Amino acid sequence: MQKNKTMDIVVENLTKKYGAQRAVDNISFRVKTGEILGFLGPNGAGKTTTMKAIATYLTPNEGDIHVGNFSIHESPDEIKKNIGYLPENNPLYNEMPVIDYLKFVAELQGIEKGRIREKILHMINTCGLEGEKHKKIGELSKGYRQRVGLAQALIHDPQVLILDEPTSGLDPNQIVEIRELIKKIGREKTVILSSHILAEVEATCDRILIINKGKIVADGTSRDLRKQSEGHEILRVKIEDGDKNEIFKALQGLNTIGMVDFMKKDDTAFEIQTKPGLSSRREVFNLCVGKGWILTEMTPIETKLEDIFRELTMN
Amino acid sequence: MRELQSFFDSLMAYIMLIAFLGFSGFFTWLFGADVFFVKQASLQSFFSIAYWTLFFFIPALTMRQFAEENRSGTLELLLTKPVSDWQVVLGKFLSTLVLILIALALTLPYYITVANIGPIDHGAVWSGYLGLILMSAAYISIGIFTSSVSNNQIVSYLLALFIGIFFQIIFSLLSSNFGGFIGEVLSFLSVSTHFDSISRGVVDTKDLLFFLSLIFLGLILTEANLAKKRL
Repeated sequence: MQKNKTMDIVVENLTKKYGAQRAVDNISFRVKTGEILGFLGPNGAGKTTTMKAIATYLTPNEGDIHVGNFSIHESPDEIKKNIGYLPENNPLYNEMPVIDYLKFVAELQGIEKGRIREKILHMINTCGLEGEKHKKIGELSKGYRQRVGLAQALIHDPQVLILDEPTSGLDPNQIVEIRELIKKIGREKTVILSSHILAEVEATCDRILIINKGKIVADGTSRDLRKQSEGHEILRVKIEDGDKNEIFKALQGLNTIGMVDFMKKDDTAFEIQTKPGLSSRREVFNLCVGKGWILTEMTPIETKLEDIFRELTMN
Repeated sequence: MRELQSFFDSLMAYIMLIAFLGFSGFFTWLFGADVFFVKQASLQSFFSIAYWTLFFFIPALTMRQFAEENRSGTLELLLTKPVSDWQVVLGKFLSTLVLILIALALTLPYYITVANIGPIDHGAVWSGYLGLILMSAAYISIGIFTSSVSNNQIVSYLLALFIGIFFQIIFSLLSSNFGGFIGEVLSFLSVSTHFDSISRGVVDTKDLLFFLSLIFLGLILTEANLAKKRL
């Protein structure tokens, strides 16, 4: 086995058609080892199709995918050995007990007979399946099923993990647990994770890729995406011990500030939009010091990822 | 192999084994043209009963193989593991075949009992078993193919019976209506022609070739079907 070897995923001009419809339209991207990539997009955007292609289940019409040095066209078997794949909806054999199922998967993955027991025990520990290991998969709750799904994807210690909606249908506590698990195991691996829950991607992923109608519409860290979409800073400030109209005028007089608004409910609060590319935090502070006003709050307001997502994927 | 175990897990195997033994035992010993009626120590009646029971039972065993995996999505899981499509197809084929072999092995007491009653043609018995095994293998292969065609188990079952009935009886019926070359071809395509000739004790390469090519054809078509899903 190749341990500690870097395994980047490189997708080149991938196109996949279903009939005349292009589910994935000429997309290219790269995921580096140790990176957790969040794959975002509305339903039907092509997330699952791309992931299936990387997992070698679907053959693309055009383009190539490399995992490490292996191409999906030339050596799919090598890729299969190095990949852990959790398909959408987490299909499992319901009639099998957890432990037998993991044994079956371990055998399929070609783990040597002598090490299977140890691997299974390790997986059961990592995924917290200790109390459930003799139950049939069909009897498990959704959260535990999801853990079994992760365990089967991880049992051969793959360098690359492809997880299609790993937290769909879980309750908030389970979501947090699964996220922590993914973060923990994702440190040395290359991980692609799809979701349409934005908060989840933001919490787990180093980088976000948004696709819509088969094309990539945004690529970067969540901070990059925010910057890209707004370009200017918005601050909420509270200034006390002054006349509100006087403060308003003074703020508008600062040359870094584009626009000032009163906040509806609170007489001492203002919303300030800075001109593109500038920051007015220092200026506001200095202004207050100079006039003897008390600055009691200054909060940068971030555009929500939801807004960016909607902006990019609606048309 | 997982498949064999899942048979036993789901009671399917037990039901099938008991039903098969019950049917074939009943007709061999008790009813109609049974051993006592023919007054011959031969398993001829057992073979012709088994010929029909297997025809109906095998599609019931194979129908879920791919249909179920496809419906639940586990096929995707299986095909993204480092095993080839061929290994998956062969695994399913062999596990069903093993189950049939177990069923046939459990009928060996019939053979032993009959052999004790009177003189028996041992060669004919063994070739009869060989015929049953080959025929089963051919129908398993057809059943697995129809299972890979549809997501619905019932559809796969009926489709397997539909294809099977041609080989089982329709070709041989038609062949008696047609003379000459067409008749020859139809009779060659009929499983019963080859089964009869093997179970009479004549193992001809022509018969072996027929069954092997039927098995092979079914498996190749199944594999092609799996490959088609990836496109």
